[in-house]
Amino acid sequence: MKKYNIEVDCANCANLVEGKINELPEIASCTISFMTQKMNIEFAENVNEKDALDKILKVAKKVEPDFEILD
Amino acid sequence: MAYIISNLLLILVIIAVCVSKYIFNKGQNKLTKKQIKGLNQILITTCSVLVLQFIPAETFQKLDNYIFEDFGKYLRFACYLAIYWFIGKDVLKKSLVGFKNKQFLDENFLMAIATIGAFALAVYENGDYLEAIAVMLFYMIGEWFEKFAVGKSRKNISELMDIRPDYANIEVDNQIKQVAPETVKIGDIIIINPGEKIPLDGIVVNGTSTLNTSAITGESAPLNVEPDSEVISGCINLNGVLKVRTTKVFAETTVSKILELVEEASANKSVSEKFISKFARYYTPIVVGLAAFMTFVVPILNYIFTKDANFASWLYRALNFLVISCPCAIVVSVPLSFFASIGGASKEGILIKGSNYIEVLSKVKTIVFDKTGTLTKGTFEVQGIHHNSHEKEVLLKYTAHAESASSHPISKSILNAYNKPIDRSIVHKIEEISGHGIVAQIEDKEVAVGNDKLMQSIGVTPLPCHHIGTIVHIAIDKKYAGHILINDSIKETSAQAISDLKNQGITETIMLSGDNQKIADDVGGKLGINKIFGNLLPTDKVAKFEEIIATNGANGKVAFVGDGINDAPVLTRADIGIAMGAMGSDAAIEAADVVLMDDNPEKLSQAIKIARKCLTIVYQNIIFALVVKFACLLLSVIGFANLYMAIFADVGVLILVVINAIRCIFVKK
Repeated sequence: MKKYNIEVDCANCANLVEGKINELPEIASCTISFMTQKMNIEFAENVNEKDALDKILKVAKKVEPDFEILD
Repeated sequence: MAYIISNLLLILVIIAVCVSKYIFNKGQNKLTKKQIKGLNQILITTCSVLVLQFIPAETFQKLDNYIFEDFGKYLRFACYLAIYWFIGKDVLKKSLVGFKNKQFLDENFLMAIATIGAFALAVYENGDYLEAIAVMLFYMIGEWFEKFAVGKSRKNISELMDIRPDYANIEVDNQIKQVAPETVKIGDIIIINPGEKIPLDGIVVNGTSTLNTSAITGESAPLNVEPDSEVISGCINLNGVLKVRTTKVFAETTVSKILELVEEASANKSVSEKFISKFARYYTPIVVGLAAFMTFVVPILNYIFTKDANFASWLYRALNFLVISCPCAIVVSVPLSFFASIGGASKEGILIKGSNYIEVLSKVKTIVFDKTGTLTKGTFEVQGIHHNSHEKEVLLKYTAHAESASSHPISKSILNAYNKPIDRSIVHKIEEISGHGIVAQIEDKEVAVGNDKLMQSIGVTPLPCHHIGTIVHIAIDKKYAGHILINDSIKETSAQAISDLKNQGITETIMLSGDNQKIADDVGGKLGINKIFGNLLPTDKVAKFEEIIATNGANGKVAFVGDGINDAPVLTRADIGIAMGAMGSDAAIEAADVVLMDDNPEKLSQAIKIARKCLTIVYQNIIFALVVKFACLLLSVIGFANLYMAIFADVGVLILVVINAIRCIFVKK
């Protein structure tokens, strides 16, 4: 499991983003904590994590334009 | 009337903004640039709206024929439009982005439609532009407040958990150097000056001092340490200089474990959180759908049946719906409550591993205790040696050597009583028989040390003891050689803890023990435990626990409280496993759902109190928010609600539930 610091502005958006990310085939599971501004991601097997992260960011930005992955 | 109220409200906003700018911008916790910008935006908007409010439409009408026809009307419109753009530009821009991304139901988009709609209606009626601006203004105030409150409580909670050490002192070439704790290796000597935080777990090699452990245990009583004492990172060294040999790298220290645990905690979502995110997923589309129905279908139906579409009135009602449709108030308040509770609890030395466990903890009706180390001190002392066939010293020597490889508290007490170095060369073979005892080859003798069952299994008849306590029988070369009586004393706080729990509505308290029924009954009876089961092997404990869950499980959740030694399987099997006295014990921290850092059983009732308070607040917030929202929805359908009411249902409720949620941080002693 990988942990990322993120920036997400509203609680509902965090839930929506989490739902959308979980729909991606590259992701086995994802939880977003609005309170701690953290995202835990379990990638699916044989996935290039960097590409997957780009995809996550793209999906997230669609729901919440202010979404950022900080590291 | 409405005119007076709205102006009063605006004045109130101005005062509130000025006051909060003054109060919150003092000291160390200054507002961020973004927050100040937001406040200024709100302040300027409110002031200019207020000024415009005092110029009635008639004044503008006088200008009507100055430059071209209706000039005054357009000028008034332009003034309001400028203010609207000023306060709403961020929302409008974001909603445009959302529109492009086909995210129609995001809150910016809803607010944009609602306010543009209200503005259009106002143009159509040349009337109250204030409404659209006010909705946008209050929405921005709500947003600002939400971010401020959430950010502030996040910061407060992180400060509660501010146990991360910044540096470690090491000695290099007779000079003390400050280095990052991550760079210190196992076995390095670190120096801790008075007033400093202990950066890594270790053992004192030099110096004596008093430690403040409250950041880790929540316990204010200071702890004295001397050479050979273990010290835990995160504690504060109060007076003497200590030299400590580290036993763990930073990532493995108690502090890192605790921080990781608490940060991970909010990823374990509770049933209420899941319910709310599911609810939000349906709520918004349904309300927006109803709004669309009211705008397009109802007027058509009206027209067909009464020839009067009444379009403007229904559009207005639909706009109300859009404003109320944002579920943010509930969605933010639930995780905020749980997070605040986890933070508040951790300050008391109670680590809860997730929101879901708070929920379970609040529903506990049956508590099963492990005896040793949980209700009793777990520090055994040899009280006497009876019926001995050999010299006491000799018997003790054989027993101590047989037990030398065991970490069980009983073994430790025997080793303590022996109090001489163990000569491993005389120990040839040690076989531990779980729940029975140990058979070992010492010198040229076969020594069996254990309980009645062990004696019977090797065909020796043990002699009973008249005292209550743990009896360790000894047989040498299959001949009975006597027994050692060992006793464990009850913790001073145990009786109070049990009676507190009963007062809290815990219906059943049960004790499991590996000791014989007589000792178990003695301890349990003194404490007022309902059911007492003794003579349990570690595997029996799991089976017994299964039985308890089967009979009591329907009645409420079943908790198990243990000290993490030997009871990891039961801890995992329980609805909620609570490990206590876990300071420094990684196994316990890992196996349990709730960790009490010190070994005071009174913390249990405090943990339950925190959990129940949290759940009460969560339910209060959910019910309050839903009732207000549904009431406003209903009132807008029948045409009684206006946009002010709708914005209260959204922003007002948000502010109230956030304030209520923050109450979770405060924990009564």
